[in-house]
Amino acid sequence: MPTKMIWGFFKGTLVLVSKGSKAYYIWMVALLCFMGIGFLAYLYQLQHGLIVTAMRDQVSWGFYISNFTFLVGVAAAAVLLVIPAYVYHWKPLKEVAVLGEMLAVSAMVMCLLFVTVDIGRPDRFWHLIPKFGILNFPQSLLSWDVVVLNIYLILNLTIAVYILYNLYHKREPNKSFTTPLLLFSIPAAVSIHTVTAFLYNGLAARPFWNASILAPRFLASAFCSGPALMIILFQMIRKYTRIEIRNEAIFKVAELIAYSMFINLFLLGAEVFKEFYSNTVHLAPMQYLFFGLKGHGDLVPYIWTAMLFNVSAFFLFLIPQTRENYVTLNIGCVLIIIGVYIEKGMGLVIPGLVPDTLGEIYEYSPTGIEILLTMGIWATGLLVYTLLLRVAVPILTGEFFVGEDGRTAVIVDTEFIRRADHLAEQSYRD
Amino acid sequence: MPNQEKRDDRAFRMSRRKMMKGVAAVLGAMALPAKDAPASVWESFFQKNFRELSPEELNGVLARLEKEYSEKYKKAVTVRANPPIEGILFGYGLDLSRCIGCRRCVYACVGENNQSRDPQIHWIRVLQLNKERGVDLEDAEQYYNPEKVPAKGHFYMPVQCQQCEHPPCVKVCPVQATWKERDGITVVDYNWCIGCRYCMAACPYGARHFNWKKAGLPSAEMNPETHYLGNRPRPVGVVEKCTFCIQRVRNTPGRYTACVEICPVGARKFGNLLDPESEMRYIIENKRVFILKEDLNTRPKFYYFYAT
Repeated sequence: MPTKMIWGFFKGTLVLVSKGSKAYYIWMVALLCFMGIGFLAYLYQLQHGLIVTAMRDQVSWGFYISNFTFLVGVAAAAVLLVIPAYVYHWKPLKEVAVLGEMLAVSAMVMCLLFVTVDIGRPDRFWHLIPKFGILNFPQSLLSWDVVVLNIYLILNLTIAVYILYNLYHKREPNKSFTTPLLLFSIPAAVSIHTVTAFLYNGLAARPFWNASILAPRFLASAFCSGPALMIILFQMIRKYTRIEIRNEAIFKVAELIAYSMFINLFLLGAEVFKEFYSNTVHLAPMQYLFFGLKGHGDLVPYIWTAMLFNVSAFFLFLIPQTRENYVTLNIGCVLIIIGVYIEKGMGLVIPGLVPDTLGEIYEYSPTGIEILLTMGIWATGLLVYTLLLRVAVPILTGEFFVGEDGRTAVIVDTEFIRRADHLAEQSYRD
Repeated sequence: MPNQEKRDDRAFRMSRRKMMKGVAAVLGAMALPAKDAPASVWESFFQKNFRELSPEELNGVLARLEKEYSEKYKKAVTVRANPPIEGILFGYGLDLSRCIGCRRCVYACVGENNQSRDPQIHWIRVLQLNKERGVDLEDAEQYYNPEKVPAKGHFYMPVQCQQCEHPPCVKVCPVQATWKERDGITVVDYNWCIGCRYCMAACPYGARHFNWKKAGLPSAEMNPETHYLGNRPRPVGVVEKCTFCIQRVRNTPGRYTACVEICPVGARKFGNLLDPESEMRYIIENKRVFILKEDLNTRPKFYYFYAT
């Protein structure tokens, strides 16, 4: 009776997510508060229109689309970590794959939310659904993005749920089902990011985006920020749960980040050289971003912060001594996440639109509503990831499984977030 | 204590009313029609794309909109949907040697096409340029405000939708809410646009404008002669643009657009590019003509020229 079994699993997960330590509850309540504030901000925006944002005709995309772009990178890179896991035969391959896929799912949820809050007529979202509405495929790159992002979301959800559901039933997941899907998720990850880059890249009206180096740069920077986030998550997971992740895996990821960051900086340098040396009319956005234009330079401090952070992180991850020291490693991760968030977010979207096509400079900086709404969406993403982890971790550690009757769930782990000192030490030793 | 009871009862009713109000506000804010919304709201919610409407459906839509606008603006509003006229391809000419930068065209356009007064939306933007530097957009000033125009050492270049033969805005729209009609006019279905603003990023001429809030259009100033794809009032959250006064030029062939009509120096020209005898053809064949951002291969049907 598969329906009864699925129902039992589902009921078990509901019970499971309602149980946890005090830290778990505090964390969830805090996230819910931010989500509530974000929701109120969204209601306010719906009532008054997008005029409550700082976006205007000159800068028609802003903070929401910047966050969207950054998160597509996170979603892509989280899954790309499966490649080194395969190549280097990391022991917790299944764990790395599941954790990465779930991060991708959470990031995708955030991406879709960011697009939803950005459009002027969310009530007409159904116009995008083929048959009901008209999806302008394959003409519009945005329609490509709609397609690949949804496929990617479903793909990752399917793989993660399939693996976990089988482990819950104490069965090894069927490799002939998971392996092809897992392998397919790699080009899919590359494609979501490439399509998102092409979305900007294809606009001849915007010289800052209309550079063929954009898609490779997107991938390179995603390969920095996504894994940096994963390194921090890996450490937290092995500290607070029974899942073991070896040091060598973490250090290897850090090494890969160093190479990606080199490529990222190199591509950026190539772009900067071309624009400044040839000094055509296309230079204006780049000049606005790095040095300010005609007395307007709101982005200048941000982009130099990003440059400083990215370059320092590159050296921290390049030198084995700092890469394998957890203090400097974590500093490097934080620097990279912030650096790429600026460079790939506001640092990419805004200069594409400033100066505008008729040479006007409109200085954009997000309003309070935009910031609150953005925080709400990030809280939603974190909540989704926490819930997914809440179910996945006990399954992976064998603390949540099906009972003898084949239906009722057995929950051993009632705490979730706890300091497992003896376990942590064990994993540090290898 | 009957008094106490009464007060409790009232308090309960008050709080319930408050709650219902809250629920209504949330539903309203969600921008989805409420359960007891009038049928017309649902009709507009489920309305198909303009190009998929059958003639009967289109008539129904036009009648619904006429009723809605007439009630809202307290005057008889007509909403037409005249199709393109065979054998006409509209073209526009702008004589840079004549334009004095008075912006009369800007406001004639606002009046004719029911653009929002608050916040102001202008389909035409006039750039003040330096004679020394020529057409250098990086050097353009839109918010010039001298005592008298033309200001010394400057010339003026009005920019509006260039009605491209290869419109980049049409290509990128994810839902085909905007398209080029057979007479060369690029239009928007304001009831189909989802407000993603990708077209605004794609347009090289800044010709597309977004309704960031509900349009402020006073009843007294509302032009009741409208076209579905043109100057009818626009809802919040959608994109709009110049349509060569589609409500005029399709209804009365040979009629000028509002901006051509108002121009005090005759800098603006308009006509049928397929008619060899038209003024536009004469200009293209005999004057020094250029198009804006030629390198982008958008092929505008908006020709700048120097008559003198």
